[in-house]
Amino acid sequence: MAKYVIVGASAAGIGAVEAIREVDPVGAITVISEEPCPQYSRPMISDFVSGKADFNKMKCRTDEFWKENNVEALTGKKATALNLTEKTVQLEGGEKVAYEKLLLATGGKPFVPKMEGSDKDGVFTFTTFKDAERLAAKIDSINAKAAVVIGAGLIGISVTEALLKRGLKVTMVELQDKILSLLLDAKASDLVEAVVRKAGVNIVTGQSVQKILGKPGNEGVVDGVILTKGDQVPCDLVIVAIGVVPRTELVTGTAVKINRGIVVDNMMQTNVPDVYASGDVTEAYDFIMNQNRLLPLWPLAVLEGQVAGYNMAGKKTTYMGGTNMSSLKYFGTPIVSIGLANPKEDPALEVLVKHDAERNVYKKLVLKNNVIVGLTLVNCIERAGVSFYLMKNAINVKKFKQKLLSDDFGLATLPVSLQRKMCVVQ
Amino acid sequence: MKRIIAKQELCMGCGLCEVYCTVQHSKSKDIIKAYNSECPKPISRVRLEVNKPISFAIQCRHCEDAPCVTACLSGAMQKDEKTGLVTHNPDKCMGCWTCIMVCPYGAIKMDQQGKVVAKCDLCQGLEEPACVANCPNQALVFKEVKL
Repeated sequence: MAKYVIVGASAAGIGAVEAIREVDPVGAITVISEEPCPQYSRPMISDFVSGKADFNKMKCRTDEFWKENNVEALTGKKATALNLTEKTVQLEGGEKVAYEKLLLATGGKPFVPKMEGSDKDGVFTFTTFKDAERLAAKIDSINAKAAVVIGAGLIGISVTEALLKRGLKVTMVELQDKILSLLLDAKASDLVEAVVRKAGVNIVTGQSVQKILGKPGNEGVVDGVILTKGDQVPCDLVIVAIGVVPRTELVTGTAVKINRGIVVDNMMQTNVPDVYASGDVTEAYDFIMNQNRLLPLWPLAVLEGQVAGYNMAGKKTTYMGGTNMSSLKYFGTPIVSIGLANPKEDPALEVLVKHDAERNVYKKLVLKNNVIVGLTLVNCIERAGVSFYLMKNAINVKKFKQKLLSDDFGLATLPVSLQRKMCVVQ
Repeated sequence: MKRIIAKQELCMGCGLCEVYCTVQHSKSKDIIKAYNSECPKPISRVRLEVNKPISFAIQCRHCEDAPCVTACLSGAMQKDEKTGLVTHNPDKCMGCWTCIMVCPYGAIKMDQQGKVVAKCDLCQGLEEPACVANCPNQALVFKEVKL
């Protein structure tokens, strides 16, 4: 029997393995992963499609990662059922793996809204390496000329850039009024939208795809889409990049509590003893919203996996929480967005904005009781981490508030006591 | 481990730390070529922070529990358990800027082309990092510091 069983070998699974091994060098670990390939970085799949990275570059740990950590890796195997009384995970084919401590790190699956024609050849989702590989191969095999990307969030913009680099004409369709609406306010979104349009992308907002059309005489193959308002966009490929939803099917019907994702406490433990959950399948703590919620982001999944791993191995650790936080590199426009980007009018919030149209720089801070609760930076991100530190530690910024948006804002701006505490100066 | 620490009251804000760091991380190791002709242009991994009259230099702290390593999407940023160094492999870096987002010190920079990041490597192979050795007022010291 394995002492630790981890279902899922992406960010959260990797974080957990590393944490367990820090505490317990010998306890048997079994990892079950549906994907046959070694640890790779899912956020890099757009670099694969654009041709910027091969699979080798995408590996986020060494080939010997499982071996070095003494892990029994059941790769290419799917976990199909859980028995919480028996404490076993059943694999496809019927084999059972017994556990003492279990981590559910099953991640997310792409959300595909109901639309006519979504089963046609040429429709893709964009989450795994396999998706990227299939998409890249398709572009070559049919010599694809045009694509429609549904969704203008993090995934949508990444795949749009990759397709553009491959020489395709891309139309990005977004249901919201603005692109990147979860990360940017209207002004920052407009600024980025102008850059993306200038690069040659056709952007349609406030609409979705109601129907995917097939080729005349070959109905099963994508020929174009019809938008909500009836406009037709011809294309060879449709990429559905709306986002991910938790892959909870393994726990559905068991005693493990699910809300939108698996519910955990601040030690990443579910309501069932010895069963933990981390990563995109989980509702983890958001320190800005002060509540647990879905935050399907790679760095947070690693952190959550680490916390689960420590606790599974007996080192009591509390998850300090994450928040909606992303950095973007696309279209030569570096962006960082952390916490509240676009809050509703609220007298308790103070909003500071600086827009330098000449340099296309945009900075925005949202404060609550003199603590930063939102940060947006476009084209000027190098000190983002300093502000994130102030956010995460809820540091009162009243005394240096007017300097937060200045170009020379940095560690020297902070009070000396804080500089000492951070071990910056002596 | 040995780390670089700034003595703020001794820093004159001259910026020579940035100059010597740039030269040390250039191909030619020649100040004129590094600044005038090298392509890609080398960048300084140390940053002079100024808020007059205060100034001091800051570079990667090689944190024990480095947030950049946990956050790194590609595995380019790693903690060397033996030396304690936080190392960055530019060949693995995808330039996603996640490390920049989480570094409390703002000590990670974009390279000149805006493709990958660059940060302090404590000048491996030198007895003392170039910024420390060349600080005219000894405002930077290289010594055992616990973080």
